[in-house]
Amino acid sequence: MKWKDLLAVAAAGALVTGCAATAAETETASASASGSSKSSAKAAFPSTYKRYPSDNVVITGATIFDGEGQQIDNGVIFMSAGEIVSIGGPDTAIPTDSTIIDGTGKYVTPGIIDIHSHLGDYPTPSVPAHSDGNEATSPVTPEVWAEHSVWPQDPGFSRALANGGITSLQILPGSANLFGGRAVTLKNVPARTVQAMKFPGAPYGMKMACGENPKRVYGGRNRKPSTRMGSLSLTRQTWINAQDYRKKSKGAKPPKRDLAMETLVAVLDGDILVHNHCYRADELNQIIDMSKEFGYKVTAFHHAVESYKIADILAKEDICSAIWADWWGFKMEAYDAIPENAALLQQAGACVVIHSDDENQIQRLNQEASKALADGRAMGIEISDAQAIQWITYNPAKAMGISDQTGSLKPGKMADVVLWNGNPLSVYARPEKVWIDGAMLYDANDPGRRPVSDFELGQPGEGDVK
Amino acid sequence: MKHLATILVSSLALMAAPAAAETIAITGGKVVVGDGSAPMDNATVVIRNGRVVAAGSNVTVPANARRIDASGKWVTPGIFAGFSRIGLVEVGAVRSTNDTRAADSVFSAALDVQYAVNPFAAPVAVNRAAGVTRAVVSPGTGNSMFGGYGAIVDLGQDSDPITKARAFQFVEFGETGHRRAGGSRAAAHILFRAMLEEARTYSRSPSLFDSDLMKASDAKALLPIINGSTRLMVHVNSANDILKVLDLRKDFPSLKLVLVGAHEGWRVANAIAAAKVPVLASALTDLPEGFEELAATQSNIGRMKQAGVQVGIGMINDRDAHQLRYSMQYAGNLVALNRIPRAAGLSWDEAFAAISSKPAEIMGMGAKLGSLKAGRQGDVVIWTGDPLELSTQVETVFIDGVEQSLSNRQERLRERYRNPAPGALPKAYDR
Repeated sequence: MKWKDLLAVAAAGALVTGCAATAAETETASASASGSSKSSAKAAFPSTYKRYPSDNVVITGATIFDGEGQQIDNGVIFMSAGEIVSIGGPDTAIPTDSTIIDGTGKYVTPGIIDIHSHLGDYPTPSVPAHSDGNEATSPVTPEVWAEHSVWPQDPGFSRALANGGITSLQILPGSANLFGGRAVTLKNVPARTVQAMKFPGAPYGMKMACGENPKRVYGGRNRKPSTRMGSLSLTRQTWINAQDYRKKSKGAKPPKRDLAMETLVAVLDGDILVHNHCYRADELNQIIDMSKEFGYKVTAFHHAVESYKIADILAKEDICSAIWADWWGFKMEAYDAIPENAALLQQAGACVVIHSDDENQIQRLNQEASKALADGRAMGIEISDAQAIQWITYNPAKAMGISDQTGSLKPGKMADVVLWNGNPLSVYARPEKVWIDGAMLYDANDPGRRPVSDFELGQPGEGDVK
Repeated sequence: MKHLATILVSSLALMAAPAAAETIAITGGKVVVGDGSAPMDNATVVIRNGRVVAAGSNVTVPANARRIDASGKWVTPGIFAGFSRIGLVEVGAVRSTNDTRAADSVFSAALDVQYAVNPFAAPVAVNRAAGVTRAVVSPGTGNSMFGGYGAIVDLGQDSDPITKARAFQFVEFGETGHRRAGGSRAAAHILFRAMLEEARTYSRSPSLFDSDLMKASDAKALLPIINGSTRLMVHVNSANDILKVLDLRKDFPSLKLVLVGAHEGWRVANAIAAAKVPVLASALTDLPEGFEELAATQSNIGRMKQAGVQVGIGMINDRDAHQLRYSMQYAGNLVALNRIPRAAGLSWDEAFAAISSKPAEIMGMGAKLGSLKAGRQGDVVIWTGDPLELSTQVETVFIDGVEQSLSNRQERLRERYRNPAPGALPKAYDR
């Protein structure tokens, strides 16, 4: 069974032994919470990511897709000290003390970003002992954090880097629950601990789900929700509880810390972004009304295979659709999926993100974007190559709250860059080099620049091209 | 109204005999024969009585032929999916529409997919419109390591999808075989041997057959496996499990084996080649989904090919009921590998053959299907460009020489929601 979506069923029956953090550790951290945080938990499990050493690198003569819909022919990009310094046409100044890479015939894009991944929380090998994506013991678990399930040694991270040029990704809990828990954004840099992968300063996401999965998992055990109306009632009641907690928190006698409520209040305060798994157009619209009832915003609908039916509404509400290019038919709520979903959304002016939800397709997000582009053009919708690249770079960065740091090739942003050996929208192209914060972490021409996880060390196929 | 007319016409076509008598000449296109040879520019393909008459540069166009100008287009044999569950599933998770496996049946090897393949299932029309014209259809396994008989089918719009019934028997070894047989690989191997031995006792005195392992129908179904008149398709992945499967022929010398999956095939490629056992391999699997595929790599097919293994692409357990249209993308990726140092891919010509003539040959149908050589069934696709490239679209599909409707649910939904806002009437009236 490849689809994590369907894993909800399997996980629901599995014994999940999580490694819960003690609240005491985070209590003292709350005083020093940084930034705009209102949540005492925000400083818990802080990122320890540090960029790796980098050279001054200039790529010349390449076709550049900047991630924000622009194409530069015969372009030049200069990165130094982990940042993009300059980008432009052939007359862009080339600094002297730099490694110069001839990009003639090659393409440059921002690092590819997957907004929907379960690497680490449903890692390979996908044995039951590794099934850590759904806390399927209750339909309401906003208190769990996906990062506490992420196994950094998942070999999938390395494939996503080498074959897919993935530099950042969001790891979400699964969709068994109405409130699945916190999602975490990672840099795709191998590390001993998940904290050393956490994207510095990235806001948390919260995974919510509607539709078939929660009602299948819990209805099968004769408990709520067993219907879509049951799901909505339980979700709304949870928001009412969160509003109540939030009100009391501001009063004279704040209530005892509650992990679930902290996350929900952070959503209501706009500090945590909502990523809502939801397929059908009618249900997307129900969720929009619910968000208005409680005063929060849905940042992105994930797997929204029927977004095209309400593309106008999604454009007006400014909600992204994080979607596959062409998955369909694997369950009832995916029956009306069409390959032109992305193009129809783009045509309506709605935000499109192409996602994987899959350890294999994360290695080919560029190809998925390309298929969605081609199907749009075939029905007469004009979309540029550079706009399709935006679906897997800037748009996911924006929906993950990290677009001021990565997702496009603008001076001052992180030097998360992929050099492709051809047009990344062609089936014949592969990443040649990948930089994360300016550090070259993959080079197709150098076996020493290919990460091998602990799991694969000493095994058949160790360090192979994969 | 135009769409309504189309539907009425295609409904009528179901009752009529296929219009296979038409003579068609597709001229001026870049023609790919599909046998591993290089594409030919400005070539002609002639189809008559449902079969390919000729494909090449110096082909005479018959006077009575309907001419189709394919200038600037590519013309190829239809895509042959080397492994699938097409027609067995409408909606994967809706059990009543999923005929892949029969976990509660008392039968195993005797199950026969020819009765379950539904030519009117939506996935058939969707994949036909993408250029897939033939497919291997295999059952999964239920309570036994044997799944039953698989078939070769066409994806035509008519009511008879079966090209060859009982084309092979499907069996699981490796991790799934271990589970189905009772919890170990040893159990799988003794169960396999015991079932085949008991089938022999059945053949000696059918009326006295009494077995704890299977019904008489299953025993009967295993006989053509033992004598090699029907292929045995074995799903197996790890290097060691592959070697043990090849060894089955020490006990049953006539077994006509075909391996499917074979994620670690490259590690024992010389042994597979020496045994002359063909492989329908997953193209892009490169993760250790289980411990039986620790060494999985996208270079698997390329390396097996280099070692002399006869290999085609077969996407087992990889969206194999809905997304046979990934075949071209997978083949294209194998071409891309050739530019990665230390990787092994396929040439373009080999890659296309891996989704056309190779699966046909591996299933013993190479003389009838899978290429544009003279005498093959008239399965022909006209594409806007390189069929392995992601931007390419299908223009026309022929199956058995009959031009096919490319209409399907997805196309109808797309047109209904081309402009999502309702007009003078609700969307339900928009068709």
